[in-house]
Amino acid sequence: MATAFSATLPLHGSSSQENRLLLPPTRLPPPPSSFLGSTRSLPFRRLNHAHAARRSPVVAVQEIVKEKKPTNPLLITKEEGLVLYEDMILGRSFEDMCAQMYYRGKMFGFVHLYNGQEAVSTGFIKLLTKSDSVVSTYRDHVHALSKGVSARAVMSELFGKVTGCCRGQGGSMHMFSKEHNMLGGFAFIGEGIPVATGAAFTSKYKREVLKQDCDDVTVAFFGDGTCNNGQFYECLNMAALYKLPIIFVVENNLWAIGMSHLRSTSDPEIWKKGPAFGMPGVHVDGMDVLKVREVAKEAVIRARRGEGPTLVECETYRFRGHSLADPDELRDAAEKAKYAARDPITALKKYLIENKLAKEGELKTIEKKIDELVEEAVEFADASPQPGRSQLLENVFADPKGFGIGPDGRYRCEDPKFTEGTAQV
Amino acid sequence: MLAEDASFTVTHVHPMRTLDGITLPHVLRFLRFVTLPGKKKMAARIHGGAGAGAATALSTFNPKKLVAPSRTNLPAARSSKRCIVAAAGSDASKSLRVGHSQKLIANAAVATKAETSATTGTGHELLLFEALQEGLEEEMDRDPRVCVMGEDVGHYGGSYKVTKGLADKFGDLRVLDTPICENAFTGMGIGAAMTGLRPVIEGMNMGFLLLAFNQISNNCGMLHYTSGGQFTIPVVIRGPGGVGRQLGAEHSQRLESYFQSIPGIQMVACSTPYNAKGLMKAAIRSENPVILFEHVLLYNLKEKIPDEEYICNLEEAEMVRPGEHITILTYSRMRYHVMQAAKTLVNKGYDPEVIDIRSLKPFDLYTIGNSVKKTHRVLIVEECMRTGGIGASLTAAINENFHDYLDAPVMCLSSQDVPTPYAGTLEEWTVVQPAQIVTAVEQLCQ
Repeated sequence: MATAFSATLPLHGSSSQENRLLLPPTRLPPPPSSFLGSTRSLPFRRLNHAHAARRSPVVAVQEIVKEKKPTNPLLITKEEGLVLYEDMILGRSFEDMCAQMYYRGKMFGFVHLYNGQEAVSTGFIKLLTKSDSVVSTYRDHVHALSKGVSARAVMSELFGKVTGCCRGQGGSMHMFSKEHNMLGGFAFIGEGIPVATGAAFTSKYKREVLKQDCDDVTVAFFGDGTCNNGQFYECLNMAALYKLPIIFVVENNLWAIGMSHLRSTSDPEIWKKGPAFGMPGVHVDGMDVLKVREVAKEAVIRARRGEGPTLVECETYRFRGHSLADPDELRDAAEKAKYAARDPITALKKYLIENKLAKEGELKTIEKKIDELVEEAVEFADASPQPGRSQLLENVFADPKGFGIGPDGRYRCEDPKFTEGTAQV
Repeated sequence: MLAEDASFTVTHVHPMRTLDGITLPHVLRFLRFVTLPGKKKMAARIHGGAGAGAATALSTFNPKKLVAPSRTNLPAARSSKRCIVAAAGSDASKSLRVGHSQKLIANAAVATKAETSATTGTGHELLLFEALQEGLEEEMDRDPRVCVMGEDVGHYGGSYKVTKGLADKFGDLRVLDTPICENAFTGMGIGAAMTGLRPVIEGMNMGFLLLAFNQISNNCGMLHYTSGGQFTIPVVIRGPGGVGRQLGAEHSQRLESYFQSIPGIQMVACSTPYNAKGLMKAAIRSENPVILFEHVLLYNLKEKIPDEEYICNLEEAEMVRPGEHITILTYSRMRYHVMQAAKTLVNKGYDPEVIDIRSLKPFDLYTIGNSVKKTHRVLIVEECMRTGGIGASLTAAINENFHDYLDAPVMCLSSQDVPTPYAGTLEEWTVVQPAQIVTAVEQLCQ
């Protein structure tokens, strides 16, 4: 029951069921922003108004966002602009280098590139702190990079080397970093959304049960195809129910491998599914990093204040195929050209130059610097060693006693062959 | 070596154990014409001792001392030569002391008044679900990061009352009532575990966790490895499974057979209030993801458990009844069917060794191995289906590791490969009953 949840303290004593239902919400007054006016008119705690409240003015939110002029010079400062630019250039260069390396046989398996979608990653993740969490899908290289995982670590992981962020055990689709709170990298779609919900739950738990000062938010990235999956809806429900500090970011690039979003979804407007669960749903132009950043700011502030989740649908596009194995024959050339003309990096560059926030030369310097960084990452990955046999049995269990007791009475992990990777387990 | 106090009779020896070309079954046939010196009660002992094969016992074979087996006259009293397996682990003595008390139940169902496990003399009696609750509560008191999530665990107190009263004590966030979305709340528990909490995830019935298979297999089991050891998943996934009383096919599933292949998880099954509390606590304290299998019919078992704190080792098996003739490996509810059969078997003159394997993944091959080396015959009694169950894996493991010590093929009694029917009679026939266990032992011990 949402009401029982609004209390900041756990309920003690023998309060009856009835009392719990009538507990008044102890939330802060709603924010003055017109952008999130929907929450003000969502008194879903009062059961009899639940249905009326659901028809909230979310449509108004969409229009407000679209009306915002990206050329408003007050949107970013020069420093912020350069940070954004550098991050997007890093994402693009890195992915281009991945493609090269793949075709040269340095990495194998499924590699999914993020070209064209950089605005979403940069727009959201550059607003987060180190202790905020990011959960992604198999298209996770750039999310990891934006979150702060070094290009070296990501490239080594792709090459399957020991120096990779997951010691070579994860690969392209499993970028994890405890230090940077990058919670993966998941191969099955939708699989990461419950994990993200759990991370947000921990944040709330730390605040309310452990009484720690914790306002960490979690951002879950996933695609349009995932929005037809049960896990998505189950998590929307729970996140809204428990008012978890999470932001659900849909990177709607219109294609799930070869399945067009319009062919697979009864109602293609994903942002509408937010209010159905009691959270704001926002649609934003995902090819414009500044618009994404504005929406992200509101959503993050909302989550940090404990007001609950937000569903953000970013209309974006991937310039390459689904993966490096995808021939990408189904997509219309005209559609690709249309989105190529809206390349987020070109758009930001234009904005920075037109608004005198940066000069061409500065941007070129950044590009050069990133090129060198990526080259260096490749060299580092090339030079790194492959994992040895001894790594095979490590990390299966956090406590290797989980391999059990062998016939000789000793734990299998005590067998000297265990550290060689040749023990009988 | 032959034990000094025994003049022995041979009950059954595999023809492989030849001595000077004479196979013992030949000798036995001969012996039928030998008059017995009165109704001497001879214990049949082919002692392997710990590790030695049975062949050595025959080196002191004395045909004069041979008496044809008279099964009804075999003594029920235990000799001091009972081979007690010392399990690796500090609380082995505790589990053995519990095992000594013969838990023979009149009928194979629920409520029983088991004998007291006199550990310190004091202790308190409670039912299995209360033991689980006590273990859970103690761990929640001890570590504020331990939380519970599941359907109806909070206000309702748990469908089987395992979490009764905990929401009142710890609050709605620590004992979280989730909506009906197993995949999502299991994943939520995993995400919470990755970020620092220690959730105990309850499946209202283990069968419901089939919906959470994605999260359990991919994330729970594999994430520690895939992240290169960066994230630990100290979750406990627990719930009742097994065949109940006419609950129908879907509520009578044995998920242990489906989960056993998942790398990176441990599985344990509790069967008594003592080990329920001990395993619950050990599972919560473990850094590994542990799946704790409870059984719908065992929640009302009563036992006296120690007042002082204890945990059971997650990787160890429990010696329920030491014996000499045959090793019976079982777990969960089938333990009670086995013990009931054991009663009959003892009356018939057999001496079965009953081991509750408890750890379904990984198997405690030390305890099991020592037993096999002693008795040379193995019967596995499980509730899983014939195909792909825990018994199937255990059979393979025993054959692989202890083949030389076996006098007979490993026999495995499992449930029929049939969706559990609703009708009481049919349901009874899908599950292994004590009579079948008795027959199997007799067959193996011929």
